[in-house]
Parts: sequence; structure tokens; C-alpha cells
Amino acid sequence: MQAFLKSDRPSLSAGTSLSSEDHTGQTAHRRKPPAPWVEKYRPRSINEIVEQKEVVSVLQKCIDGADLPNMLLYGPPGTGKTSIVLAAARQIFGDLYKERILELNASDERGIDVVRSKIKSFAQLTASSIRPDGKPCPPFKIIILDEADSMTHAAQAALRRTMEKESRSTRFCLVCNYVSRIIEPITSRCTKFRFKPLNEDKIIDRLQFICQRECVEMETNAYGRIVEISGGDLRRAITLLQSCQMLKKGGGKIMEDDLLEISGVVPQRYLVEFLSVCRSGNYSKLDEFVQDLSFEAYSIGQVLEQFNEFVLTHPDLSSDQKSVICDKLGECMFRLQEGGSEYLQIMDLGCTTILAFKK
Amino acid sequence: MALWVDKYRPRELSKLDYHKNQAEQLKNLSQQGDFPHLMFYGPSGAGKKTRIMCLLRELYGTGVERLRNETMTFTTPSNRKIEIMTVSSNYHLEVNPSDAGIYDRVVVIDLIKQVAQTHQIDPSGQHDFKVIILSEVDELTKDAQHALRRTMEKYVATCRIILSVNSTSRVIPAIRSRCLGIRVSAPKVDEIVTILNNVCRRESLTVPEELARRIAEKSERNLRRAILMLEACKVQQYPFTAKQEIADLDWQMYLKETANQIILEQSPSRLEKVRERLYELLSQGIPPDIIFKGLVQDLVKNCDMSLKAKTLEFACLYEHRMQNGSKHIFHLEAFVAQFMNIYKKFMSETIMMDEF
Repeated sequence: MQAFLKSDRPSLSAGTSLSSEDHTGQTAHRRKPPAPWVEKYRPRSINEIVEQKEVVSVLQKCIDGADLPNMLLYGPPGTGKTSIVLAAARQIFGDLYKERILELNASDERGIDVVRSKIKSFAQLTASSIRPDGKPCPPFKIIILDEADSMTHAAQAALRRTMEKESRSTRFCLVCNYVSRIIEPITSRCTKFRFKPLNEDKIIDRLQFICQRECVEMETNAYGRIVEISGGDLRRAITLLQSCQMLKKGGGKIMEDDLLEISGVVPQRYLVEFLSVCRSGNYSKLDEFVQDLSFEAYSIGQVLEQFNEFVLTHPDLSSDQKSVICDKLGECMFRLQEGGSEYLQIMDLGCTTILAFKK
Repeated sequence: MALWVDKYRPRELSKLDYHKNQAEQLKNLSQQGDFPHLMFYGPSGAGKKTRIMCLLRELYGTGVERLRNETMTFTTPSNRKIEIMTVSSNYHLEVNPSDAGIYDRVVVIDLIKQVAQTHQIDPSGQHDFKVIILSEVDELTKDAQHALRRTMEKYVATCRIILSVNSTSRVIPAIRSRCLGIRVSAPKVDEIVTILNNVCRRESLTVPEELARRIAEKSERNLRRAILMLEACKVQQYPFTAKQEIADLDWQMYLKETANQIILEQSPSRLEKVRERLYELLSQGIPPDIIFKGLVQDLVKNCDMSLKAKTLEFACLYEHRMQNGSKHIFHLEAFVAQFMNIYKKFMSETIMMDEF
């Protein structure tokens, strides 16, 4: 019934649309029990957040005083930015949590008109300082703008007056990867927190905890490998773990090779071979190698990314050679992302490398 | 009479001929009754679609094989009507959104919305989600891909999306990270030979080992092409002989000839002739990036290393521009002109060197 009612009726204001979204969330939840582990093991209280000590201590003080500043959280993906805000909000509001939060991320429409209508109208609602059951509750709402760096500058500019005007009843919380893409007037209105990439041990601890809970068996080396692949991104690490588990179900331990296969990382031997083929200076060999690589369905973008790392740390190459190769690498990567042909780009890189060796 | 390619396509995960380990994993996945969005990636003819259909059959039973064709109509914001062919069963729907050209965004959003908003009436009997198969997602515009990522998250309760992609480089990272990637690498030559032998046995034909191997090598590890070639050979001549000629694709010959002409003479008049040939290829529906690749591969054969590097550098530049631009012929021709230029310069320099 509920699903039928909520179906397509255009929502009259931000408030109603928010509550209808809650209903969909609940029905969805009831229907399909297995939740992604990333959601299942999202920290519930801010004390569970690992590594980010300063932020946690500041937030803890804020929560004790039942007030929050406008916040700007930035740092690499998967370090707990969104988690900390959600956890803090949960602690402040308790069960009123769903009504007091408007969460918009990059996948929602977030152009200038959304800022003008949806955000503004949500901001203008007043929040009561007591709960329905009579207990006190902080009199403000939180608007979380996830991935704020992908908002247009115009939309950001439209935000700034709203931020000030509604400061009585609304706190903004911007979450982004690159603080440099947020316009100056916004950053100056917020308290900034930087998030560090997670430490290897912390990730392994968390993974081990999850493995224990979910009864997953994993090779000891594989933990290190997950950390390596995920590069300090806890979300990616957990997703990877779950994907492995889904594919292996009952098929024994998770091995290192499974991880490589699922994450799409190109095995190291291909990089070594690419360089040695280039060193031999034989074009037709290079051609053959590249064809082979694409038949194996490895993504050339991924190859280039790993090759960059590989070249930089390679002991036998001179600085000159490295600079020539990396210069070309950047160019090829750019064109590839713009839709250039995989074959041509990597061949171009190969030729440059061959010439670099000949010099 | 069905083509052999369709007739001998494996229909169950357990019947797949290669990547058996992966088939096992897919089976595990389907037995859990639920899975994340999937992305199958691999070169063409590696068996992506076959694996997808096998997975669906494992999930829903034979009902997925009762297919029907439907034409859906969408209205773009500028009030243009576009029609898209879809293939669907009761449980899934398959569409190639890049057919809609620059209007692919509308298709992606509307289509998924339509499918995802209809709940299954009786969720107890079957799985409570439908599957949408989108092919050639790498050909979609960036705009459509961004629209896709939003819809993917929004309707995750009622539908799962399976993407089929040739190269993941052109898929935006946001989509890649939302899907479980499944790599389907091309079959090895030996595997193709075995499959060709199997097909022949089931057709009660005999094929000489050498011919099968030649076909497999010529197919560039593309199983579909290999089986098609085999059938073409059968039509040409049976019983097979080991030295039998395997028909080349005529556009490949045409492209080779074009490259030859460029090498033979570098002049404006020749350029004009080459342009005609390129137009011909384009109008026959050969994708421009394949023309580019073929052209480069043939041209560099006659060059020394420094010239090869230069050619590739320019090829990269013009190919990239071609992808961003809309008139393919301009960029193809610019590349040919540039190649003629550097080639001629190089030749005259070597002749000068010889004279001194």
C-alpha cells in the first residue's frame, strides 16, 4: 500500500519527499536481507572511527555541548568522512535522526535550482528543541552535501547566503575529496577538518573483525594484498572482501589470486614484460604483447596507472628516461580518459619507451 | 536454420567450454539469490553475452529463453521521438542504448525507470528483482553514464543491471566502482581449436587439424568469428582440405589496399583518392576507430623505429580528436596527410644521405 501511494506523486516540499524516501528505504530493507557490508559495518558512534583523532575529539566536544559548527570535511575516499557525520548526527538526534537530516550526494540533481528550492526550503523549516516524548533535543537540522567538490561553482555560490541566513536552525556539512574545488567564501564559513589515509594496521584490524563476524576464511597474506590494492581506502577494501566472499561462497579460503582477479589489478609480471619488450626495441614484439594484453581483457587504463608507479620506483632507469616516459604516460592517460583508442595510446607509450632506451 | 554460432551457444553455466573456474564462481553468485550490479568486460567474441544469459538461466530457469522483440519509443526533451529495439523476457530486458546516439541519456533514464518502477506482482514465486542488460556501455556519452550511476543506486531494490563492456577505460570510475567486475578474457587458440572440433563433430563433419588451427589463428581469438569462418568454409567447399583458402573479410582487404596506396605515393591527388576510399569504408558502417587502428598497423610496417614512433604519436593525437569531434573523416584525412608529410620528408632525407 505504502509503495503504491508513494509511487509517482510529485513531492510538494522537501520535507515530504524526504519522509517518502525513508519509506522506500524501509521497504527495500525488509525485502532483501543481505545488506552490503559497507553499510552493515558503518560505525554507529564516533568513537568507533579509527585514526582521525583530532576530528573525533572536536566532534565529541560539540556533541557534549549539543551544538555543531558548519563543517567541511575533506580527504581521500574511504577514510570515514561520511561515516563520522552520520554517526555524529545519530548521537545528537537519536531516533529523530531521519527527520533532521537532508543528505544529498553527487548522484542527486544538485544544480543551482536544487540549491534554491530543495535545500532552501529544508533549511527554512524550524526544528523544535524538544522531542515528541518531551526530552530535549538540539534545535537544528543538518544538511549533508556529499561529494561537494562536484557541485558547480554557481550552485556553491547560491549556497553561501543560505548558509548564513539559516544558521539559527540549520548546520551544513560539506564532504569532499579536494578542498581546492570548493570556492573560498564557502571554506571560510566552515570549520575545516582534514582526513588522513588509513594506516595499514587499522584496515587489517577492521577486516579481521568483519571476517570473524561473517565467518570468512582468508589467507594471512591476502590481508596485506587487500590493503595494497585499496591504498588506504577502507570502503574499497570492505567491498572487495565482500565480492570475493560472494563469488567463493563455501569454496574455501580467499586467496591472494582471487583478490587480484576481482579487483581488476593487472599482475606485476605484465608490467615487467612490457618494460623488457620495450628494452629489446622490437616493434613487432611490442605489437604482439599489446594485442595479447587486450585479449586477456585487462584494462589499459589500469595498466598505465600501475605502470606509472612501476616506472617511478624502478631501479635501473635513469632520471632522464623516467621523465620522458612519465611525460608520455600523462598524455596517454589523458587521451584515454577522453575516449581515445586503447591500442594506439599504449603503442604510443611503448614507442616512446623504446626510444628512451635507445638514447 | 540457425547459424552455428547460435545453435551451439552453451545455455548453462556448467556447459561452458572455457573459464570453468569463473563459471563456478558465477554459479555461487546465482545461488545466493541476490547479487550486486555486474559488469562483464572483455574483447568481442570472448563470450560475455553467453555468460550473462547462462547466469540468467541459472537464476530464473528456462523462462528467460522465451524472448520477444519490442520497440520502445522515447521522447527527447526537444520533442523528438526515438525508437529503440529491445529484447525481453518476463524476467529481463536487453537493450543497446548507444543506438540512440546523442539521446542515449533519455533512453537510459526512462527505460530503467519504466522497468524498475513496476514491481513483480507475486514476489514469492520468483526473485523480486528484474535484470536489465545494457550492452556497449563504453560507447555511451559521459552524460548518459552519469545519469546511469544515479539510476543504478536509486532502483537497486527492484532491478539489477548487468553491463557488457569492451574496454573499461571508457567507463567512468563511478560506474566501475558500483559494479562487480567480471573479466572475460578471449579464448586461447587451443581452446578455439577444441571448440571448432566439437562443433564439427556435432554436425557430423570432419575437419583437418591444420585447417581448424588456421581458422583459430586467423580469427584473432574471437570465437564468434572463428565459428562463422568455419561455417563459411563449409559452404565454400566440403569435404575440407587442410590447405583450403579461408575467406578474408573484404573490408580488411580494402583497408590494406588503402594503406598500400598511401605508402606508394604521397601527393595531394593521391590524398583525394584515399579520401574516397575512406568515405567508402565509413559509409559501409566500419567504425572509425577500427579503420584508424587497421591503418596504423599497416602503415608502420614499412617504417623504421623513429618514424614508427612519430606515426603513432600523430595517430594518437588525431584519434583522440576524432573521439571528441563529430566529423570522423576530417581527422582520418588529417592523419593520412600528416603521415604522407613525415614519410616523404623521411624518404627524401635518406636519399640525400645516400647521395652524399
